[in-house]
Amino acid sequence: MTPETIFYAVGMPLIGVFLGLVYKGIDRRVSARMTSRIGPPIRQPFWDVGKLLLKETVVPANAVKWIFNAMPLLALASSMTLLLYIPFGIIKAPLEGYGDLVVILYLLTLQALAMAIGGFASGSPFSSVGAQREMVLMMSYEMPFAIVITGFALIYKSFSLSTIASTPVWTIVGPLGGLGVFLLLIVFLWVTPAELAKLPFDIAEAETEIAEGMLAEYSGRNLALFYLSDAVRGFAMIAIEVVLFIPFTLSYLFGLNLSGPMLYIAEGLWFLFKVLLFYVSAVTLVRTSFARFRIEQASKLFWVYVNIIALLGLLLIWVEVM
Amino acid sequence: MAKTTYYVPIGPIHPALKEPIRVEAEVEGEKIVKVDVKRGFAHRGIEYMGMKRNAIQTLYLSERICGICSISHPYAFVIGSEKALGIEAPPRAQYIRSIIAELERIHSHILWLGVIAHEIGFDSLLFWTWKGREKVLDILEAITGNRINYSMYMIGGVRRDLKESHIRALKDMITYYWEFTEHMKEVFLSDPVYEARTRGVARVPKDVALKLNLVGPVARAAGLRMDIRQDIPYDAYADIDVKAVVPQDIVGEARGDAYDVTMVRIYEIEQSLDIIEYCIDNLPEGRILTIPNYIALLNKIKKTEGEGIGAHEAPRGEVIHYFRYDGTRDGPAVWKVIAPSYNNINSWAYCLLGAEVADIPVVVGYIDPCMCCNDRIAVVKDSTGKMLDYSYIHKKAIEKTRMLEKELGVRR
Repeated sequence: MTPETIFYAVGMPLIGVFLGLVYKGIDRRVSARMTSRIGPPIRQPFWDVGKLLLKETVVPANAVKWIFNAMPLLALASSMTLLLYIPFGIIKAPLEGYGDLVVILYLLTLQALAMAIGGFASGSPFSSVGAQREMVLMMSYEMPFAIVITGFALIYKSFSLSTIASTPVWTIVGPLGGLGVFLLLIVFLWVTPAELAKLPFDIAEAETEIAEGMLAEYSGRNLALFYLSDAVRGFAMIAIEVVLFIPFTLSYLFGLNLSGPMLYIAEGLWFLFKVLLFYVSAVTLVRTSFARFRIEQASKLFWVYVNIIALLGLLLIWVEVM
Repeated sequence: MAKTTYYVPIGPIHPALKEPIRVEAEVEGEKIVKVDVKRGFAHRGIEYMGMKRNAIQTLYLSERICGICSISHPYAFVIGSEKALGIEAPPRAQYIRSIIAELERIHSHILWLGVIAHEIGFDSLLFWTWKGREKVLDILEAITGNRINYSMYMIGGVRRDLKESHIRALKDMITYYWEFTEHMKEVFLSDPVYEARTRGVARVPKDVALKLNLVGPVARAAGLRMDIRQDIPYDAYADIDVKAVVPQDIVGEARGDAYDVTMVRIYEIEQSLDIIEYCIDNLPEGRILTIPNYIALLNKIKKTEGEGIGAHEAPRGEVIHYFRYDGTRDGPAVWKVIAPSYNNINSWAYCLLGAEVADIPVVVGYIDPCMCCNDRIAVVKDSTGKMLDYSYIHKKAIEKTRMLEKELGVRR
């Protein structure tokens, strides 16, 4: 039990929750401004969580009680663990050397799976339909996501995220490989809203169709935990995207010579700015300009079109590496 | 593996529905294999109340039947009343009535476009369309003094006159909406995602539409050329020669799905703009009320024996009011309302069979349902299956009140 361990165990979740909720608030605000509304204040998600924590937690009579109560904790734990694998700017990831991109893939899946199992356990028909949809959607988007990760492993001969973050991907690939990586970026942008259950792929939580789907029976503390895990997952997913595709540091771009704490502060802020840029373009813009797909349309999109693009990108990279 | 079916109850309270109705569906995975629609959650006894009041009070009551197409019921009411009384509104009043009805058609159709966008999860479009709807609501408020319940019509005319400034504002509005409908055509009719969600959903072929007795834009989208303004012209429509908007004239074929309904509604907005333009260009001069004194009007109703049927093409379909004045009191002795949603809800069971869960909101939304227009009668039975009539329920209510008074020690 070193002090570092304690800091990571206590500090990282707090930082993650704070950042996730702030980004959620910014997302809501920007979305409102895009649809000519005023929108909620940035601190609205904090109020939402606070209100939910004060509310009574209701467990339905025909639910499997222990699974129903355990799943929100599992979801939050998995998204918190996810944070520990992400290099924050130039700070190394706390759990570096204990896992890599494959573990990240599994943790992201685990979070969605926890929601689906919670939906099945709650015993409401709406939740069951929502959970079925979530499973189908997971089967659809995991394949392109895995292809993206395989492509990076081909380039770097390693699955480690720190290795990938240390050198920008664009500097070590040739023109063909560069095109391949660009195609993988497009695929990743398609996968992001599905992974985060946002429009146009919030099929599992369609409000007008199945009354919030898997979360229909959840309330109070359990719903707050799901809300938090969703916020943290949103931040973590975009952060992974930034680390993979635009890992350029401030010093590298502008040739600055910073040292000491100033360097860390500047690089941290720069990283957060990059995440904000990606968040607004990959989540908010898409969310406000698309209608919800039907589940079979979404599956077809991922299995056919997105997969073809992803495989094409992988092929180009493979040709380059060979 | 054995197939399991889920029982999915939708309603009476559900996020997709703004008004109470119940759809009970058996779902197998994503497919609906059995469906049942139950209504009767919003019975308010308006017809009964109307038979207890005088005709002018009932006219205002009829405006409260429906919240969105609030002019359609009074319109049918005044036409039926005038037929029963044997009077006719002055020409200027007739034109003003038609202008108001068409303005309301514009606002109702734009509202529906926003609602259907919300049902398929396209909230940005909802905000955008409703922002555009404010213009017509402002005009209606300028002319009538209210945004929703206008209190504008009167038996034998209208209550407020159009002024020169109103006509200028109407002309501005018409140019604004020509532009707006062009945008809407782009956004709705050429958007691939919207087409993917509505094309082939809620599809009603022509013969089924006739069998199910559908009315309004839903029937026109199926290719039936039916429109009260064309079939039984009244007021200003008699001078204009209105043609029913059907998809055959626009794209060459009618499929009768939600996409076609969208198309019909957008083109009907343009038709309404044309009608308003004609009306303000040819607005006759003269009075706006046949019998300006309301007491005289009520006295005339008291002495009149006769019946009349008023029909109006509301934004959702045909509204029909039947009247009989029996010459003993100043209100209708019989008042019967037929609203369009009652016919159109028949199509739900047909459309939902074999559809997917994701299509439920589209099927529910595409007819623009109005539950308040629906419930005409409530049949109450006790546990033995005996029908309970008014006097029995009244007696029971009095007994219960007396019992409560005894318990609480209160004497009124």
